[in-house]
Amino acid sequence: MSTARAERLVNLVLALLSTRQYLTADRIRGIVPGYADASSDDAFSRMFERDKTELRELGIPLEIGRNSVFDTSDGYRIARRDYELGEIELAPDEAAAVGLAVRLWDSPELTGQAQGALVKLRAAGVEVDHNAAPVVESRVRTEPAFSPLLAAVQSRQAVRFDYRRAGSAERLTRTLEPWGVVSWRARWYVVGHDRDRNATRCFRLSRISGEVKPVGRPGEVERPDNVNLLEFVAGSSKSEASPVATARLWLADGRAAGIRRRARLTGRLTVDGVEGDLAEIELYYPESAADWIAGHGPDALVLEPEVLAKSVAERLTAVARQEARK
Amino acid sequence: MSSTDRMPRLLALVPYLLARPGIRIEDAARDFGVTPKQLRRDLELLWMCGLPGYGPGDLIDLSFEGETVTVTFDAGMNRPLRLTGGEATALLVALRALAETPGLLDTDAVRRAIAKIESAAGQAQPSGVVVGLPVREGEATARTRGVVQQALQARRALRIRYYTASRDEITERTVDPMRLLIVQAVGYLEAWCRRAEDVRLFRLDRIDDVRVLDEPAAPPPSALPTDISDGVFSPAPDQEIAELVLDPDARWVAEYYPVEEETELPDGRLRVRMRYGDESWMTRLVLSLGGDARVENPAHLAEAVRQRAADALARVRHLPSTLSQ
Repeated sequence: MSTARAERLVNLVLALLSTRQYLTADRIRGIVPGYADASSDDAFSRMFERDKTELRELGIPLEIGRNSVFDTSDGYRIARRDYELGEIELAPDEAAAVGLAVRLWDSPELTGQAQGALVKLRAAGVEVDHNAAPVVESRVRTEPAFSPLLAAVQSRQAVRFDYRRAGSAERLTRTLEPWGVVSWRARWYVVGHDRDRNATRCFRLSRISGEVKPVGRPGEVERPDNVNLLEFVAGSSKSEASPVATARLWLADGRAAGIRRRARLTGRLTVDGVEGDLAEIELYYPESAADWIAGHGPDALVLEPEVLAKSVAERLTAVARQEARK
Repeated sequence: MSSTDRMPRLLALVPYLLARPGIRIEDAARDFGVTPKQLRRDLELLWMCGLPGYGPGDLIDLSFEGETVTVTFDAGMNRPLRLTGGEATALLVALRALAETPGLLDTDAVRRAIAKIESAAGQAQPSGVVVGLPVREGEATARTRGVVQQALQARRALRIRYYTASRDEITERTVDPMRLLIVQAVGYLEAWCRRAEDVRLFRLDRIDDVRVLDEPAAPPPSALPTDISDGVFSPAPDQEIAELVLDPDARWVAEYYPVEEETELPDGRLRVRMRYGDESWMTRLVLSLGGDARVENPAHLAEAVRQRAADALARVRHLPSTLSQ
């Protein structure tokens, strides 16, 4: 932005803040330095339109109105109570929390927004030390769909997006009345009323592909009061499980450390000339246990249960066969 | 800061200086993340601005003394602009995430900060974002985290028994704790490892045993914090690249691990390129996918995977049948 434009904008803000009367565009042209440079009415009008857009993008609330019924055109002013950040004082530990929060996002867009908030808090007199190296650091990553979905939630507008279910490549277009964006265990979800399914649904943001497009008018979406968004998401993800069975394994000496740290050793056994331990482990999810054990190849063999031994053998056979075919 | 950020800074500068009479220009520049030279340019610009009339008594007035600056007339710009919806959301959601993160810091202070900012932000208060538990941790890991935090506070060294998943091995190490990190819901201890003589990240859920030692934590000056801006996996350029074709059931691999390239193939399959440091780790991953992933390259990895599967199937036949009833 040119210095001349920045100067004009600051003067415009100061003029609109200091007036109680609405100032018409013509009046603004007459008093705010910089507009006099406009060579024609058209040039002025383009300049003024651009400046108004800039002020709105900065979050400056422009009031539009007329001072009396006899006025022939609209005027502008800025209400101080809408412009100014409220009084705020933060204790050192509260300011430290803010300093940490600003560094939390792993997304340039959100980091920029948080930094913008920090600049304003500092301007309100809050002291945030940026040299303090915290002993704890946390990073939260967001997805590209986060911002458009949040905007839709806040403007109560329905959205349409392409969604891929877990383990599937098929993309289906979904139309959702979004109620909220929820973070649960560092994963982002959007919860709302799925118009296609006519039911409450939750979608993982990382599986949304392409653009999130608003559909319909803002203000259209009615969010029910009695729904707990977090419970809805948390309820549909697995909670801590209890073991369903015990497996007996053979583990080669000095191998399969990852299994050993979860196992109880119960004896010794030599298999095909290789010495090893007999071990027991608790099974929580037998299917993923089969994946995990198969990963260790000849270092971890299943003695029982039979069904686990079979699952592991199936996986290994699939691998051996597939590669041999090449 | 780019030029588009100049307006927010110009609007914040006068109230900022009003709150800090006689502040050093250098200190103000640091708070705004600009050079002192840029800050002086901003001040010169503001000096030319003021109220209609624009006479000497209408313009913003600043007094410079040595390297310091004081506002003597603010032309009515004495408070910062309120937070935009986006700014309030970015800050408040981050604070809520911190408040929900166990053991990160004094959550009471975080909640007080949230309440104060919400009240100051007024109508810009965000809605529609809920932050739940940002950490996945079981009871054992929570206990480990407690001990690690204790050591960090007391600045003591730790003795840990650690499971290194990439090499599938357990080692005993003495480490000098530096920070506790939470990245993508997983807790890590960042510490100087005396065994590796380097800074290492230890996943809390892979620390099988932890003991606070009497000796002080003394990371050497060369121990610098890890840059986690790109996550905790930092593939080294000299690592090998595996080319895998994932069936639909194995597509989660591309979501879970960092992959460099994804190509959609017919029938919902996905070709990915993935860096790996340790071949035994990559072999375990492919074996565990049980045929849902195929190694296209390198050939020696494909051969290692096939060999391990064949060896396992052969060895199973030698298990005594009496034991597997």
